[in-house]
Amino acid sequence: MKIDHSLPLEYSTDENRLKILGFWIFLGAEVMLFATLFASYFILSGGTGDGPSGAEIFEITPVLIETLVLLTSSFTIGLMVHAMRLGRQKAMMGFFIATIVLGAIFLGVEIYEFVHYVHVGAGLQTSAFSAILLTTLGTHGAHVTFGLFWGTCILIQVKKYGLTPRTTNKSFIFSLYWHFLDVVWIFIFSFVYLKGMM
Amino acid sequence: MEFFERFAIPHPSPAIYASMVAIAIVSIAIVVGITYFKKWGYLWREWLTTVDHKRLGIMYIIAAILMLFRGGADAIMMRAQLSAPENKLLDAQHYNEIFTTHGVVMILFMAMPFIIGFMNFVVPLQIGARDVAFPRLNALSFWLFFAGAMLFNISFVIGGSPDAGWTSYFPLADNEFSTSVGTNYYMIAIQIAGLGTLATGINFMTTILKMRAPGMTLMKMPMFTWSALITNVIIVFAFPVLTVALAMGTLDRLFGTHFFASTNGGMDMLWANLFWVWGHPEVYILILPAFGIYSEVISTFARRNLYGYKSMVASMVIISLLSFVVWVHHFFTMGQGAFVNSIFSITTMAIAVPTGVKIFNWLLTLYKGKITMTTPMLYSMLFIPLFTLGGVTGVMLGMSAADYQYHNTMFLVAHFHMVIIPGVVFAMLAALYYYWPKMFGFMLNDRLGKIGAWIIAIGTLVAFMPMFISGLDGQARRMYTYSEASGFGIWNMISMVGALMLAAGFALIVYNIYYSFRYAPRDIGSDPWDARTLEWATHTPVPEYNFATMPKIDSYETFWDSKKKGTPLFPDKIEKIHMPNNSGIPFIMGIIFFMWGFSFVFAMWIPLIICTLGIFACMAYQSFENDHGRYISIEEIEETEKELGGKR
Repeated sequence: MKIDHSLPLEYSTDENRLKILGFWIFLGAEVMLFATLFASYFILSGGTGDGPSGAEIFEITPVLIETLVLLTSSFTIGLMVHAMRLGRQKAMMGFFIATIVLGAIFLGVEIYEFVHYVHVGAGLQTSAFSAILLTTLGTHGAHVTFGLFWGTCILIQVKKYGLTPRTTNKSFIFSLYWHFLDVVWIFIFSFVYLKGMM
Repeated sequence: MEFFERFAIPHPSPAIYASMVAIAIVSIAIVVGITYFKKWGYLWREWLTTVDHKRLGIMYIIAAILMLFRGGADAIMMRAQLSAPENKLLDAQHYNEIFTTHGVVMILFMAMPFIIGFMNFVVPLQIGARDVAFPRLNALSFWLFFAGAMLFNISFVIGGSPDAGWTSYFPLADNEFSTSVGTNYYMIAIQIAGLGTLATGINFMTTILKMRAPGMTLMKMPMFTWSALITNVIIVFAFPVLTVALAMGTLDRLFGTHFFASTNGGMDMLWANLFWVWGHPEVYILILPAFGIYSEVISTFARRNLYGYKSMVASMVIISLLSFVVWVHHFFTMGQGAFVNSIFSITTMAIAVPTGVKIFNWLLTLYKGKITMTTPMLYSMLFIPLFTLGGVTGVMLGMSAADYQYHNTMFLVAHFHMVIIPGVVFAMLAALYYYWPKMFGFMLNDRLGKIGAWIIAIGTLVAFMPMFISGLDGQARRMYTYSEASGFGIWNMISMVGALMLAAGFALIVYNIYYSFRYAPRDIGSDPWDARTLEWATHTPVPEYNFATMPKIDSYETFWDSKKKGTPLFPDKIEKIHMPNNSGIPFIMGIIFFMWGFSFVFAMWIPLIICTLGIFACMAYQSFENDHGRYISIEEIEETEKELGGKR
């Protein structure tokens, strides 16, 4: 394995560079996935049938908490990459753990939110609107959940092997994934919640 | 016993029972055979766990040929049913199931793996790479495709096949009208195979963008690699749409949502739109690599460099962009209004322009060429006129006002078969003959090959030209029978003759493989066609590392140039080579995905959860596994090179 020392560790081998490019392409596919969900959401958002509309069920408090928590976690994952480049493993792991904890808080609030929707009569089977709302949010939430497990696996490997080309590469790719989920959330916040509440 | 009732076939017939027995006997025979010849270890080490792009490519192609015969059997049954008016061979439900599985199998489980198989085998060789960017992911792609294909294929003996057409339009595909588990199979089997295809797209984009031999700029890539790159871009951007559509369809059928229902705010046209936003690019996913194959074959056997290289690339890029903005032409009659229809009519007809550019480029490549009429070349020559017939009728269908006459008639069926068979199937057969010596070390018999090509070409015309006529006369597609007074009988009888000719042509190809395997000479060298691109520059059989040293590229036909001018293509000294290790994980994940899909189809939640956990366990195992690959030593490489006739 040839290691190029002029580059940060996560970019230092050919294999690492391939993985980063491959992951960017994967994120391109993810953009299409969420774009399709958003398009379907816009089309079906008026299809409330006998069920409630968005304006009737959306609550600003949990949404604001989720937004704040997730944006902060995107900031901490950025600090994680920064610490990683400085070679400070302890700080890096600290920011990594902070990200995962914030992600877990986000998930908890989102689960509360889902329970609330079902409680006020907007379940999966109520109407096309409630179904696409829960599917779009749920797809994002499933990504976050997957990220929590994935991130934990990487964290364990960083602890075990230190900052190697392999572990830094994984951590960096995880940070791309996490930022991407944040971007999706910004769209959800603007076009699902804010637009729905207006 | 109540538990097992769900697996019963809703519309059993003697043919299905016979198939069950046949499947059981063949499965037992395979297991007994492998055990008797003690091949389990070989199978596991060399094939099931392989991450070698060449072997995966060959497995894709074998699977595609198997599926060709499965889909072909469906086709023969359909044509037999329609060959005479008021025929009672199949009932309406059985006919619905057969045209559905025919469409899905042929598009997704025959044409797709055929193309991806050749991409796997050829692309890394053409760009001078040792493997794809992510070899293990590549193996996973194959096993996901295979799991999806097998899941879809067992539907007709366990629980019933999908019966809502390969487009599976809602509300027809909803529980209310499609009562068996068939459409669940459709939603989930295609989802699994689609995940594999998406991974292939990412893998090959990365491979082609990052792993080309030194000196090979983008504009020095061989045309098939260009077509593969563009195809994979389309895959990456089109398949997620299908993923979402299928997930929503699954939710509708198994979790009682109302996405595509006509009640509670659902919208059935959303399915049609999402399906075709994927479905139309899918058409170009099939045809662009076929164009790439024709470009290789035509320039090799015309002994000329490809005319208009840059315009070939540009036309493919334009086609790929236009492919995303034409989807509405699949349902002009479904009430978008004249304005929307006009826009999509124009974009549709615009596609004929870059396609025409390509046709003229091939013709001009032939012009003044020293043409050698081999079997792959014969397929390419038959492709041009036949495909043009299909293409021109496509422009007719693209006129939205006229489409009200053609929509859902046999005219449409004739059109898309006339583009897919001469376009994709001929290309895959040409590629099979062309790359066979590189894959297996002997050539397929040329005389038998040409006879087969003529039978298939004439069979295509005989089978599908009558449908243009009966379609214009008003014969609707997907109708299981018609009255004698309609006058469609004669045209359908002629089609039946053509279908039998096609069957004979494909049988002849199989015989040719057997015949050539027994009698063809094995001393053909590594470049039997006197070809132009890099895949012919390495040994036959291709060593596991493809190239002992990296080729130096300075034109888009460096191999040809080095043959003509004698410039060295491989100037470097041998160094040790890093290769990935085999892995059983992709195969195991394929099996788990198959069980996952099966549990999902029948809504068996506990096995589904167990399988889901199994999939995540495999991913975690993969994440924690410390596998850095292995090195092939210089001595070992020198040994292999000597055995194969000396280093290039």
